[in-house]
Amino acid sequence: MTRAQGPAGPWTSAATLRRALARREISAREACEAALARLHAGEPRVHAFLSTSDERALARAEVLDRMRVQGPLHGVPIALKDNIAVAGMRTTAGSKMLDSYVSPFDATVTRRLEEAGAVVVGKTVCDEFAMGSSTENCAFGPARNPWALDRAPGGTSGGSTAAVAAGFVPLALGSDTGGSIRQPAAFCGVVGLKPTYGRVSRHGLIAFASSLDQIGPIARTTADAAFMLELIGGADPEDATAARRAVPPLAGALPGSAKGLRVGVPRHLISSGIEPAVGARFDDALGELVRLGAKVSTIELRNSHLGIAVYYIVATAEASANLARYDGVRYGRRAQAATLAEMYDRTRATGFGPEVKRRIMLGTYVLSAGYHDAYYVKAQQVRALIRDDYARAFESVDLVALPTAPEGAFRLGARTADPLAMYLSDVFTVGASLAGLPAVSVPAGFTDEGLPVGLQLIGRAWDEATIIGVADAFERATPWASEHPAQFSEA
Amino acid sequence: MTPRPLARADVLHIARLARLDLSEADVERFAAELGTILTYVGEVQGVDTTDVTPMSHAGAVAPPGSEPEAGDSAWRDDHPRPCLNRASALANAPDESAGLFRVPKVL
Repeated sequence: MTRAQGPAGPWTSAATLRRALARREISAREACEAALARLHAGEPRVHAFLSTSDERALARAEVLDRMRVQGPLHGVPIALKDNIAVAGMRTTAGSKMLDSYVSPFDATVTRRLEEAGAVVVGKTVCDEFAMGSSTENCAFGPARNPWALDRAPGGTSGGSTAAVAAGFVPLALGSDTGGSIRQPAAFCGVVGLKPTYGRVSRHGLIAFASSLDQIGPIARTTADAAFMLELIGGADPEDATAARRAVPPLAGALPGSAKGLRVGVPRHLISSGIEPAVGARFDDALGELVRLGAKVSTIELRNSHLGIAVYYIVATAEASANLARYDGVRYGRRAQAATLAEMYDRTRATGFGPEVKRRIMLGTYVLSAGYHDAYYVKAQQVRALIRDDYARAFESVDLVALPTAPEGAFRLGARTADPLAMYLSDVFTVGASLAGLPAVSVPAGFTDEGLPVGLQLIGRAWDEATIIGVADAFERATPWASEHPAQFSEA
Repeated sequence: MTPRPLARADVLHIARLARLDLSEADVERFAAELGTILTYVGEVQGVDTTDVTPMSHAGAVAPPGSEPEAGDSAWRDDHPRPCLNRASALANAPDESAGLFRVPKVL
């Protein structure tokens, strides 16, 4: 058996690796070494990581190997998006503002995963403060798509999806504000799950837009993503928005089924501007859902075409307030200046990149006197209408299906000159974000150029179980989740 | 609608509110870009939202002291708890002195 096919090979699922570790067919140290070897061999091509933690990871793996009791993720190597805090590790959120920031505490998700036995091998590339759709806004350079290295992995969690797609690790965490887990999952041909708003604690997630931000899993199988969500979800005294609601069995409820479920398709949203191959794969996917016993019907989400407009008002308004904390006083970069006021202005001018400044400016504008009601309050009202449209749709369907992104991965550099064109990448993902609903992207085939396409399934609030069940059934009925980028198959 | 660039005075006013020291090139670029984006997002203004309560959050947070409904988020009780010690809190400080954050003169 070659190493690529063994329990620590690049395409081994977390579930299979866990079983091999539990039977002690492989040690946690061996699993960690194999992951680090793949990572370091592939990183010069992919650039998925902003920092790796080899020594810390190997030391932890050795401790795990000496423990008699094994946690549910015992010895499984994972990657965390670099806006998620790990005590003692650099946590930059892709920004020069935080380029030497070392977190003094763990995010709740970090603590829960490490207590479950996971081994963090590094922190992944993301757009600066999770603002973007390609990782090209990362101050330290973008990640590259493992399927086509001249293309974007999507964003903002593109480093995490690239690390999973390239076979470095079986699991990673991302964060999703308007599509930042789902769109890069689609671009990289992996599974990305944005939980219901409030399902997962954000304590230790560097804030972008607090009414939208949600942490979620990235994996090569739906079952692995579901398993990770079970471990990170649930109430947290450190985050008032983490709901006091038990996480139901998700991975434990698999295998899933689509039989008898009603799938709604908002046809009117899927119009011009969508790449033909993406539309074709979406129709193929709907056909597969029908073969699996689902009933597909057309629904109307009357205000959803306004999603991008609402999102870029609400998210930038919240960002302008959240990012006020970067003032050069307590942590992060400080520019030298003679007075305190000049120090603030110069620190922020030199520490933030262009997209972050653009969004702070936009958010400040829509909150400013004279414009607050016309933009911010109006957007909050239209947001309520978008939420109500989904609620009405869920009276007659059990889940909503949409393409994840309107296109396959675009070339690096193709969108950077036009901020509005980049914003439109989120056209199919912002709706679930604004309504606070759970949504998953699963691999659904390829474009003519061989680039992955994602199928997005959106569920009722707190009902991740239904979309996970359907995603799992779809995944097992189609070959897409077992396709991997050829150049990373050599271990 | 044809996008109109933002007035230079507006860009400078917003930059001042946001505490951003913009270069001349930034001012020109943001005037054009923000004009385009504001025209696009301004399409929300055409929607009839009579009697629609603005949505600030996707979840409901129970006020302090109240019994949260099952599933509600809730504020935690306001009791002192352990927190970062002073050395940890100061570990990332750009400048510190005598256990405090030091900043340039205020005036």
